[in-house]
Amino acid sequence: MKFTKAIISILITSALIWALQSKLGVAPPLGKFLSPAEGFWQNAESKNILEIHELKLKGLQGKVTIKFDENHIPHIFADNLHDLYFAQGYMTATDRLWQMDIQTRQASGRLAEVIGPKVLDIDRYHRRMGMVYGAEKTLTAMMADPIVKNMILSYTDGINAYIHSLAPKNYPIEFKLLNYAPEDWKPINCAFLLKLMSETLAGGSNEFAMSNILKKFGPGITNDLFPDYPMHEDPIIPTGTKWDYFKPLTIPKPSASFLASMTDSAKTKPRVEGIGSNNWAIAGSKTASGYPILANDPHLNLTLPSIWYQIQLSAPGMNVYGVSLPGAPCVILGFNNDISWGITNVDADVLDWYQEKFKDGGMNEYWYNNRWNKTTRRVEKIEVLGQKPIYDTVVYTHHGPVVYENKALQDDDHDFVPIGHSLRWIAHEPSDELMAMYLLNTGKNYDDYRKALHYFSAPASNFVFASKTDIAITPNGKYPLKFKDQGKFILDGTDPANDWHGFIPFEQDPTIKNPARGFVSSANQSSTDPTYPYYINWSFAPYERGTRINNRLAAMNKATIDSMRILQTDTYSIRARDILPAMLKFIDPTKLDATQLSAYHQINMWNKDVAANSIGASIFGFWWSATYNMIWSDEFADKNLQTNYPSADRTEQLILKEAGSKWFDDVRTPEKETAGDIISKAFNAAVKQLSDKQGKIGPNWQWGKVRPFEIASLSRQPAFSSGNFEAGGSGTTINALNDGHGPSWRMVVQMGPKVKGYGIFPGGESGNPGSFFYSDMLKTWQTGQLKELLFMQSANEASPRIKSTYTLTAK
Amino acid sequence: MVFFVILILSFASGYFLPWWIVALISFLTTLIIGRTAKGSFWSGFAAVLIVWIVLALFKSVPNDHIMATRIAHLFMLPAWGYILAITGIIGGIVGGVSALSGLWLRQAFQKH
Repeated sequence: MKFTKAIISILITSALIWALQSKLGVAPPLGKFLSPAEGFWQNAESKNILEIHELKLKGLQGKVTIKFDENHIPHIFADNLHDLYFAQGYMTATDRLWQMDIQTRQASGRLAEVIGPKVLDIDRYHRRMGMVYGAEKTLTAMMADPIVKNMILSYTDGINAYIHSLAPKNYPIEFKLLNYAPEDWKPINCAFLLKLMSETLAGGSNEFAMSNILKKFGPGITNDLFPDYPMHEDPIIPTGTKWDYFKPLTIPKPSASFLASMTDSAKTKPRVEGIGSNNWAIAGSKTASGYPILANDPHLNLTLPSIWYQIQLSAPGMNVYGVSLPGAPCVILGFNNDISWGITNVDADVLDWYQEKFKDGGMNEYWYNNRWNKTTRRVEKIEVLGQKPIYDTVVYTHHGPVVYENKALQDDDHDFVPIGHSLRWIAHEPSDELMAMYLLNTGKNYDDYRKALHYFSAPASNFVFASKTDIAITPNGKYPLKFKDQGKFILDGTDPANDWHGFIPFEQDPTIKNPARGFVSSANQSSTDPTYPYYINWSFAPYERGTRINNRLAAMNKATIDSMRILQTDTYSIRARDILPAMLKFIDPTKLDATQLSAYHQINMWNKDVAANSIGASIFGFWWSATYNMIWSDEFADKNLQTNYPSADRTEQLILKEAGSKWFDDVRTPEKETAGDIISKAFNAAVKQLSDKQGKIGPNWQWGKVRPFEIASLSRQPAFSSGNFEAGGSGTTINALNDGHGPSWRMVVQMGPKVKGYGIFPGGESGNPGSFFYSDMLKTWQTGQLKELLFMQSANEASPRIKSTYTLTAK
Repeated sequence: MVFFVILILSFASGYFLPWWIVALISFLTTLIIGRTAKGSFWSGFAAVLIVWIVLALFKSVPNDHIMATRIAHLFMLPAWGYILAITGIIGGIVGGVSALSGLWLRQAFQKH
């Protein structure tokens, strides 16, 4: 009896401990997670920072000194490049290990391994679109380059030195929540990270929708509604620039099938308006100091921790400051004593779908160049938490992977992928972007900048440049050589004329140095005017941010760091300037009720600044989107068109110049609506939406309250996010805060005998939600201020801003 | 006595042994020197509860409870004190039932 009692009691106790040690559903293992010995309490970082810390690490060759400033930004001084990148890897892992792990998993299709079957579709999509295939090719190319190979191996060793120093209690909190352990870093992870950037910035397509639009409306209407060059434009390379610095290659002839589709009668990811960026450089002739100033603010998904990690890297032959991507060595955007550079996305047409003709359901052969050709196969093994691994076979033609062979494989999030079509994508090409970064990090002048760009394939980027004497900009990347509009629609895979015809030589990418106007800039708008001999893409981001930047820069004289800062946080709406007066003309105030009339007065008084406290900005924002949707949602209701409406620019053209157009008529009603009917109906709808959402017109209608903004956590835990705050700006203002995206790093660099850098990102250096450095820079970013960056010239340089020092030596 | 032995051993094993070591400590302590069921359970409960709360506070106070507050919100609790209490109670229950098991096993081997 006593034994039975004892045994039952021991069993119950064991079961309890087992339960507290196991992950149940989404909850972490409670005993392990809550215990002070191993759990989250261990991630509570102390505010008492050790001023001096000595570390012995296996793999170092010499001594590394790391100085930390008040934001815990590491300033690394090493005796050689090996140790420099080793220390960069070590520090980045210290602050961002889980971010590095989860980004690699996302890119390589290995999320289900730690999260479970619910994310299997995301993994399958990444595998099937060839992320691993592309990363493997890129790794081979990077390893063939001795400088890059040394960088990647040293960086990898540094990360692993940190990982190997960890006991389970030291794991970042997200590993504890999800109950898995960090694994060793591999060199290919650096390639995955670069492919992930390509996916974010150059992985979208609307060719499926465009082909369906072409089928439904025919070429005349399609070309009218989806023109190859917008009404409003202010291209990156100024209009009228001569292309006399090269002799263009022969432009390939359009294929017969393309011409046929154009004379009769065909989303990887849907493209998102608002993922864009700004950069510019202003010549010394227009600045107070007489030296150029460069500015850059890439707009990306804003998360905690930030996509960027600030760092200074110094070794013999190099001293560079800027932001890096956790998971890749080097500084990606930054400056050294001689040059500075920044990046925005080009949005080149580097992703195409080919309709393949397979011999039979076995998909062993496909028709191309008038004969049957063999397909190849690649087996992707996907591990799934709590289940047997899944083996997914992907068929490849010479174009690339057949992303979805049949409808059953496809999930709802990826309905933009045409079934049975193969994907040709620049990210499948071998590339050596890190060499470009290395050359910029060590660059001294314009020639070094030009040399560096040759190595940068994807995602194609507008590289702005400034030295003490020169400014320049280059929409740079590896652009496929295509006939015009090749890839606007789905291509016939059987015809060799539809293949990519090689690549545009790097020297012939559009570029401009020291233009007469005294500045260069980009904001994702068209790279060039239509006279550029090659096809880069048929549509780019709308011109509003670009033209606002250009207008302001043109008007500037004796510009300072602060002029640049103010411009980066500018929220003036060019869209409202262009279209609001025309829209207001359609409103008859005598037909409005009290609230509508009040809104009408508000918007009439509005200064077109999308400020956080502006009521007019809210009314305009809602009115414009209601108008846009009312014009197109009837004709484009077909699910196959995937709400791929004509651009905002085309819609403005309709309102400004074609008020009698048939597109204003709502085909779902018997009446014949005019532009005035639709626009005033949209006004009333917008006022109703705002009233329903925010109550009576008044302070609650202010833009900051109508559109609260949040920096979400990368782990999607609201408890780890910034919480909501009020902010100005929209997708088409320079300060482009829109739907979780926005300026992820604002940088301004004043060149000169002593270069001065300023910068801020909305977050902090640490990825640990329990750190004082998790979001310590957010406030400065929110208030539109920059911080002067501590650019040290040597490890011994004294500064009151240095709070602690690490010394790393070999074990 | 049981209380102090568990308290001291749990505290000493503190940050460097797995969390379930407190179960083993409680179990072995009462197996060797346990006397009554009630005394064993409450000694194990109180000792581990106190150790866990003190160790948690060692980490959380210099952190200004930033982490504890975030985790409290993660568990839909209003403030860090709640997650501290839950931590203590879970530790306490583990200590208590382990101590009770140890005692009952001891009694099973005892004559009478």
